[in-house]
Formats: sequence, structure tokens, C-alpha cells
Amino acid sequence: MHKVKSSKTHRDRAKAALTKAAAFGEDIDLSSYVSSAEEQPYQDDPSGLPAKAKEQMLGVGVILDDVSQRSGTFIQTDNTPVHSSIRQEGIEVMSTRQALEKYDWLSDYWWNAVPVDTDKYTANVELSQHNGYFIRALPGYKTIYPVQACLYLKRARLAQNVHNIIIAEEDSELHIITGCTTASSEEAGLHLGVSEFYIKRGAKITFTMIHSWNPEVAVRPRSAAIVEENGLLLSNYVIMKPVRSLQMYPSARCVGENAVVRYNSILVAAPRSSLDVGSRAILDAKGAKTEIISRAITTGGNIIARGYIEGNAPEVKGHLECRGLILQREGMIHAVPELKGNLAGVDLSHEAAVGKIAEEEIEYLMARGLTRTEATATIVRGFLRVDIEGLPPMLRAELQRAVVASEKEIM
Amino acid sequence: MESEQAIEISEVRNMLEIKQLTVAVEDKEILHDVNMAIKKGETHALFGPNGSGKTTLLMAIMGFPRYQVTRGNIIFKGEDITKLPLDERARLGIGMSFQRPPVVRGVKTRDIVAACLKGRGNEEIIGQLAEKANLADFLNREINYRFSGGEIKRSEMMQLLAQKPELSLLDEPESGVDLTNIALMGELINKLLEKDCPIRTRKCTGLIITHTGHILNYVNARTGYVMFDGRIACEGDPHEILATIKEKGYRECARCTK
Repeated sequence: MHKVKSSKTHRDRAKAALTKAAAFGEDIDLSSYVSSAEEQPYQDDPSGLPAKAKEQMLGVGVILDDVSQRSGTFIQTDNTPVHSSIRQEGIEVMSTRQALEKYDWLSDYWWNAVPVDTDKYTANVELSQHNGYFIRALPGYKTIYPVQACLYLKRARLAQNVHNIIIAEEDSELHIITGCTTASSEEAGLHLGVSEFYIKRGAKITFTMIHSWNPEVAVRPRSAAIVEENGLLLSNYVIMKPVRSLQMYPSARCVGENAVVRYNSILVAAPRSSLDVGSRAILDAKGAKTEIISRAITTGGNIIARGYIEGNAPEVKGHLECRGLILQREGMIHAVPELKGNLAGVDLSHEAAVGKIAEEEIEYLMARGLTRTEATATIVRGFLRVDIEGLPPMLRAELQRAVVASEKEIM
Repeated sequence: MESEQAIEISEVRNMLEIKQLTVAVEDKEILHDVNMAIKKGETHALFGPNGSGKTTLLMAIMGFPRYQVTRGNIIFKGEDITKLPLDERARLGIGMSFQRPPVVRGVKTRDIVAACLKGRGNEEIIGQLAEKANLADFLNREINYRFSGGEIKRSEMMQLLAQKPELSLLDEPESGVDLTNIALMGELINKLLEKDCPIRTRKCTGLIITHTGHILNYVNARTGYVMFDGRIACEGDPHEILATIKEKGYRECARCTK
């Protein structure tokens, strides 16, 4: 594990930030978690993983019994990468430790999009590195099927620190579905995941992340993307199961002309769950565009839904849409949409709405013969169905499946 | 004995009976002592100025909770439905087209049409209905979101055609519809009300609110009413009533004691 190369300056900066509180979210006491877990056996054939684990992974879109619909697979249990494989030419999937050994140039990408001293969590990931995945599409290669990755938290009270690097080289196309879940439905745990995305000129990444934790797990993902000219990042995030505390604010910087970033988030907070989730797009180059959409539902928990778009170049365009539904008497949704234009010629807008389902809408459907429960379910299902432009049909189906699977719990 | 017989006859012949109906909205009485009877297969037209209570009557018949019946009865197919909830009335066979239906974000037009079909439909049937209503491109759009006035009316008709209610309550089906589409609206309404069926065998019954009366050029109505200040002020031949309204205005029409 200590073979992971990291420059002296990264370590120094991380050490200096070890007590630096995050900008948002409850401060997690890192000392209450353990940092090591026993090594897990490597599986050449991912279908050889324990049945229970496979079933849990399936719940977050990771299919291990038949990988024919996947162009690559990466599985990490606790700190150990237990499987990595590719099924398509031009795609690389491996642990970040392997990648650092293989490619000297990877240091250029290491902590480049996400500053190592962002907060104590990024610092902790640097100082107590537990692998993560490296996924790369070589120039001009386009995946047909998605690459799947799963970070699986098994040991109780473990702090899982992962650092992921995703690179889409020029004119490549990479679809990724990543599921993070936990073996136990009640044990505490901490997931710290740093993800750095690099989308080169003319490249496209669709990244669909499904989280399924338990009511005792705390989660602090830290991700950022750099999108070059004519590049596209389409990032989807779904969390519909209870979690103790989740805070993340992924950020994308469009540095090349006409770069496009879209974030979609589907958030459901059960009682006692606390979610603070945002998406941020910085439009630094002419003609860059972004759309940030979030749908939040609380059945009793608290959600802060943030969004931030900054326009720093002419002819950039951004729209932020944040809608929240409070289904029960309890629960809170706080929408914080922010726009910042730094010059004339930017076109930024937002719309936000928080409330219960309008009685008028329920009655409209009831007048068509639906019961109150059916009408409410139809509206909730529609609310959660975000039509994601550019998402391959298969991933759209996966996303829909995750939504439908959780519908019963919501209702 | 005699009265029982009378009820039996009314069960057979009247699709809808409104008896001495008084309706309040937020404790304010809007409708006063309204009486009406529509026989099976007939279409009746309801005229009246804005704010006279026409929509309130339709909403009360449909059973919207905000419209409180404080006195009187609503009888549908011989059954007193005054206390029946909205959705049960819909399932019993009452349908309504709305003047200003709400936008339901995320819910597609297709979903609602499918719901109206109650499992009787499939993609093909939904497609045919949309084709008929000239809304083929609207099935995947969120219901009523950025629909024009005419699109809303056609979408309401499409939903009712899927729902196939025995009693259709149509709230100003022609308002906001341009001239080229008003004939199509007429066609859809005639289809909904089974106007191609002889009246003896026709089941579908209609009550249409019309402000301008334009729709009566396309859809035959047997009886007309004028509503004024929450009361039925006049009942008679719809074309005669319309002519009087056009000539003398509603106020004069309401004053007439015919």
C-alpha cells in the first residue's frame, strides 16, 4: 500500500490540512474509524464473489454474473482491489496503485482537479491511501457498454479511503456505472472517495453513480472534473437508501471552448438521513454550457441541495434546476442555487421549488380514476424520472430500475 | 308505491339528476338550489357569464373536495353520489375536461392516457388516440407543460376518450381553440358522446359549459341552461337561449321568467 507514489509536497500539504474542516456538512471524527482491514482474496472471475455481495452490488447497478454487457469491471472490497478486467480494446481498468506504477505521467493528474488540501478528508485520503480505480479510454476509442466499478465497504467501522482517476483521451467515449454499497445494514463506516475526471478534447464521459449505504454510514466523496474543448461530462448521481450523513459538492471546470457539463442528482432522504449534495460548474471558456438538475425527496430526513454555476467567459450558458418534495410531515429541504457571472455575455438562470405535492395535481389524476395513493405514486415516479439526454439506453434503464426499486420505500 | 315507481323510471332514464343543490367554496355559498336532469344519451349546454357558478357546478358533480355540498343531492345512474369521493365517481363513470388543468412535472402525457385506459390500453391504442387528437408529438411531453390553450383542450379530450366516461363534464372545450382546431374539437366531442349512435342506444351523456356557444355549431345539444348568480335562471332550447343571450345579454336573459 505504501508503494503508492505521492510527492513530498502532496504529503506535506495533506498533513497541513489534516484538521481542516470541510466547507459543508457535519464534521466527521476520523479517529472513531479504523484504517486497516484484512486483505481480500483476488477473484479472476468476478462471479466467484460471495452471493450476498453480488446481490448487494447488483442493487447499485454492478452485474457480476454476466459481464457481457460491460466493457470493463473493477471491484474493491474494503482496501483490496478484488477484481479488475477489461472486455474492450482501448479501455484500461486497474487499481490506482497499479496505474501509478505503470504510468509515470499519472503524477500530472494526481491531485490536479481536486486539491489535496481541500479539507481533512482529502488529506486523509492522501495520507492513508487505500487504492481506488483508474479508468481510461485511449484516444478515439468509444465504449459501447459501460465500465462498471464497485467500492464495497465490508469491515465494520472502516474508513475506506479511495482515490479514483478517470481519463477520457481525445475523441474517446467512456460510459461508467459505479455503485458504492456496504455489506452490513447497520454497522458504522466511512467512505472517503476522491475522484478526478479528465475529459480531453472532443471526449465524452457519462458517469452514473448509485449509492446504497446504511443508516450508520458517513460518506464524503470529493470529486472534480476538468473538461477540455468540445468535451462532455454527463454525471448522474442517485441515492435512495438511508445514510447517516452524506456531503459532497462535485465540481467541473470547463477549460476548453464549447465544453459541456451536465449534472443530475436524485436524492431521497429517509428519517434520520442527512444529505448535503450539490453540483458546481465553472465555465471558463467561450461557449461552455452546463445544466444542473436535482430532484430531492424527503420522507423525514434533511436535504440541502446546492448548485453553483460561475460564468467567466463570453457566450457561456448555464441553467440550474432544483426541485424538492416533502412527502411527510417531518423532513427538511433547503435549496441553495447560486449563480455568478463575471462578465457581460453570460447567460445563467435557475429555478427552484420546494414543497409538498400540490393537492390540485393529485386531484387532477384522481379525476381520471386513480386512487389518492396511485396518483401520489404517479407524481413521485414522474418527479424522480429525469430524462437524461445523451445517456445510453442501457444506463437509462439501470437508472430507472434503481428508482423503481426504491419506490415502495418512498411511498 | 307511486314514488318508488318514479324512482325506478328515473334510474333507467336519467344519467344525472341534480336536486336542490347548494354548494359552498370556503364557506361562501356559490350555487343555490340548482336542479337539473340529463337523460341517458343526451347532451346539455350550460351558459352563463364569468363567475356565475358554471365551473363550480361541474366541480361539485365531479366531487372535488373544495366544493362542499351543503344541501341537496347529486344522483348518477340512480345512485346518490353526493358523499362519494372524487376518484370513486371517476371510476363509476364520470369524467371531466378541465379549463385550466395543472401542469404535473415529470408525468408524461402518455402516462396519464395509460392511467385513463386503466390497463385496457397498449402503446398502439395510446398512439391512435394521440393521432386522433393531433397530439402524437405530445405523448412524451410532461402533461400540460407549455401546452397552448388548444393543446390543453385536445389533451383533455384525448384523456376522456381513453377514460370513456358515461357522463362527460366539459368545461369550455372551445375556449382558446383557434378556428382550424374547433372543428377537430367538435369531432372529438362527438366521438366521446357517441353522437354517431342513435339516441335510443347511446349511453354517453354530456354537460358542456360554453361561454360563446361556438361549440354548438359542431355538437348537438338538446337542452340549454343559463346560470346566473349561482342559480339556473333559464332552461330551454339551447339555440334559442343563445340567440336571446346574443341579442339581450345575460342579465336580460336571467330576468326572463320563462
